[in-house]
Amino acid sequence: MSDAPAPETDERRDRLVEVLRSELGDRVVDSLVKPGDDVWVRVATDAWQETGRVLRDALRCNFFDFLSAIDWLPSPFGKSEDSPLDQRPALSTDIVTGYAGGETRFQVFARVTSLPERVSITVKADVPLEDLAVDTWSAIYSGANWHEREIHEMYGIGFRGHPYLAHIYLPGDFEGHPLRKDFPLLARHVKPWPGIVDVEPMPDEGDDAEAEGDAAAEGAE
Amino acid sequence: MILGLHLAYWQTSVIRSLGVLVAVLLPAGTFVYIFLFKMVSFMQSRLGPMEAGPYGSMQLLAEVGKFIQKEDIVPDNADRRLFKLAPYLVVATVLLVYLVVPFGPKMRFVNFDGGIFYALAVSSISALGVLIAGWASANKYSLMGGLRAAGQLIAYELPMVLAVVGVVIQAGTMNLSGIVAAQANGKMFGFGGLGNPYFITQFVGMVIFLIAVQAELTQTPFDMPIAESELVTGYITEYSGMRFLLFFIAEFAAVGSFAAVAATLFMGGWAVPGIKFDSGVMNVLGPIVLMAKMTLIAGVIFFVRFTYPRFREDQLQKFAWTILIPVALANILVTTVLKVAF
Amino acid sequence: MTAISDRQKLAYVNAQAADGRVNLEFETEEGMTLNMGPQHPATHGTLRIVAKLDGEQVIHCEPVMGYMHRGYEKLLEVRTYPQVNTLVNRIDWLGSFTNEVPFILASEKLMGVEAPPRAQWIRTILFELGRIANISLFLGDTALHMGGMTAAFYAFRDREFVLNQIEAVTGGRFHPNFDRIGGLKDDFPKGWIADTKAVMARLRDFCDEIEDLVVGNEIFQARTRGIGIIPGDIAQSYGLSGANLRASGVDWDLRRDVPVGLAWDQCDWTVWTHPDGDSFSRYWVRLQEVREATKIVDQLCDGLPSGPIMAKVPRIIKVPEGEAWVATENPLGEMGYYVVSKGDLGPFRVKIRTASFNNISVIPWVTRGVYVPDVISILASLYFILGDIDR
Repeated sequence: MSDAPAPETDERRDRLVEVLRSELGDRVVDSLVKPGDDVWVRVATDAWQETGRVLRDALRCNFFDFLSAIDWLPSPFGKSEDSPLDQRPALSTDIVTGYAGGETRFQVFARVTSLPERVSITVKADVPLEDLAVDTWSAIYSGANWHEREIHEMYGIGFRGHPYLAHIYLPGDFEGHPLRKDFPLLARHVKPWPGIVDVEPMPDEGDDAEAEGDAAAEGAE
Repeated sequence: MILGLHLAYWQTSVIRSLGVLVAVLLPAGTFVYIFLFKMVSFMQSRLGPMEAGPYGSMQLLAEVGKFIQKEDIVPDNADRRLFKLAPYLVVATVLLVYLVVPFGPKMRFVNFDGGIFYALAVSSISALGVLIAGWASANKYSLMGGLRAAGQLIAYELPMVLAVVGVVIQAGTMNLSGIVAAQANGKMFGFGGLGNPYFITQFVGMVIFLIAVQAELTQTPFDMPIAESELVTGYITEYSGMRFLLFFIAEFAAVGSFAAVAATLFMGGWAVPGIKFDSGVMNVLGPIVLMAKMTLIAGVIFFVRFTYPRFREDQLQKFAWTILIPVALANILVTTVLKVAF
Repeated sequence: MTAISDRQKLAYVNAQAADGRVNLEFETEEGMTLNMGPQHPATHGTLRIVAKLDGEQVIHCEPVMGYMHRGYEKLLEVRTYPQVNTLVNRIDWLGSFTNEVPFILASEKLMGVEAPPRAQWIRTILFELGRIANISLFLGDTALHMGGMTAAFYAFRDREFVLNQIEAVTGGRFHPNFDRIGGLKDDFPKGWIADTKAVMARLRDFCDEIEDLVVGNEIFQARTRGIGIIPGDIAQSYGLSGANLRASGVDWDLRRDVPVGLAWDQCDWTVWTHPDGDSFSRYWVRLQEVREATKIVDQLCDGLPSGPIMAKVPRIIKVPEGEAWVATENPLGEMGYYVVSKGDLGPFRVKIRTASFNNISVIPWVTRGVYVPDVISILASLYFILGDIDR
């Protein structure tokens, strides 16, 4: 609603990054500050837990927003955005990460807020595929406990030192990690999404052949 | 015997049996319709049942029909014999209380000198039925409900008895007919125009008695044993069909029986000022007068039930032992002193 | 309102912890486990609470959820941006419109689109109506959990008027699906503003009624005061938000503190806090919140600017690459969407941060050593909606 142009610099958010850099040294890999809007910081995997501690103790970011993860692999099933009538575009398998960069397919990210400063920060960390785990935040932010359980079952990312890493939403014997991009959304495989152009395909030769095949199968029985 | 008729023993027995059923079911049904269906609906800005009969007055029969049709389920792990016995035990105690309540000079089932003692003793047997129901259901909620009920009924039995002691001292008798007579013939500090209804001279006793009744009947704010939002209706969780209906009848019949006892103890029973209390006409008028007084008391009970939230179990015990019982003892003391003084 | 001193609070917390420890030492194999739910009247749906009991005292209490998990985060990855609205409506189903707003705002932020002022004001009005519809039900429902049945019916009665107003604008009582990227689907119907102001006056009466019937009731106070105390720092660490945070004495309201473009800064209202952090203060803060919301709606209705309700947006919405987080102060607390876009028609990844998930994560902490009925009153006062936990 404000018509004023965004300020060029943002002292509060720059300070966050500065403090993190001075506490963690070169384990702060990358950062991005959007003045007047938001700040992203990427830290090294082994500095994840310490980042939380610095955020809580040095930066007074006491309020825990969320902790989550992301799978940067483009979905091998496409996004089903187009009508089945159209040619599916070739699917890319390049991993392109978002703000503050990244080198691995999986990243964990968390957001905490400093209530007195009225400023929030998103911190990210890469999770290497060969050792899919980071240290837990649950001792630093109590609320992270459940969020880490959720990430564990949804992405299969482990959290070292977590007191009780059991399934939280899914049944205990559920196999697979649903939020990974290579986990198929079965509903879409059973009945394809009509796509943004809401047109059902007309019955064509292929369908007829299939129907005949069914009839033949029934006859055989 | 009654109204100049002479009947054989078996005939009077049949009439008495039917009389008890009428005395139990009529007030219970009336209270359920007037208070549970209608008054509460109006308090909560809704209409209540409107379809069965005029203004839904036949709704209760429909409910009874529904419950009788339903399957009578006994849980697998339940103690079958006790599970089936419990509702009958609870209903029986309610029926037994009515035996000593007088409805007129001669309209009574028995004339028993230890009347009020008997009524309180019998009514507390229902705690046993509730405990059996809670245990036999093999359900943790039921068990907790049963235990809560037992603790609560024991805790509130005492203030109730103590509250009644004040009346007994003042009336000089434990016979309920005698208490009615004492109120009708009594004088309040020399003024005898209205008799001496004890709700004036035994006001403290009546308040304690009614609070204890609220707890005995497990009505809100003392409804922890059934507490639907905590214990999913406690000891009746596992009951269905006819047996649930029995618990339901017992609950509201017990409201009737306690209202009858309270009306007799504190509001002059079947007597009404202006008519000689033991004239023959009171045999017909008496039941109606008593019913009106019962309705008044039941109205208070239900009004409280639907206005207040629920205490916690430990707060309830604390309330009984630290407030009600000392006050009741003080009431006895004062009554005794005044009785001797006047 | 007399405050409980810090010292008393500390004593309570310590005593609770000590009770928990003592009971753990005496715990045997026979310690009773009570399963509340998934079908239990006090759990608003299918939350399950497994409580280890010693008599009526809770030794340990663990919520189990997932009985209603619908996998929205996965589903949103195969939706286009406009289609997301329909799904997220079902997260907090009592104040549905409030779920749409942060997602739409996040998308707009990524696209660099800004809705015209009138649209922002109407959004704010509907947002606050959603809050009133949601919290007024809480006010009655909490009393119901403590056995006070009548307040619940009053709440249902008066919420109906608010729902009517929402329906008159959006056509849906529960799931408006009304917000669009760049503005709104429609404008207010004729005569709506006058009706709404009458309804707001009625709601203020309802608040007074609740204040008499519930807040002033001695039994209600006995059941809630000093029960389930959550100190402010614990609340922050668990990420409690909304009224739960403010009832712990933390003065934080996203509507005031993190402007997202809606019209809250245009009117005069108060953020109420309560120093106690117990069940009673959570109830009290929410009651004040409804009052403030009626004030906000009144003021916004008076000053509603004229103009278009839709900005210029392309017919097929493609959101440029980027990441954005927008959170708003929903009836249940802070609700936010972390949207990652790769320049497609639909989002690449959406992290939905719902308030109830964090709010009830404090349950194992706060229920140590309390009695079973207190579990109910604490649950009710923390106020969760199952769709908001399970998403």
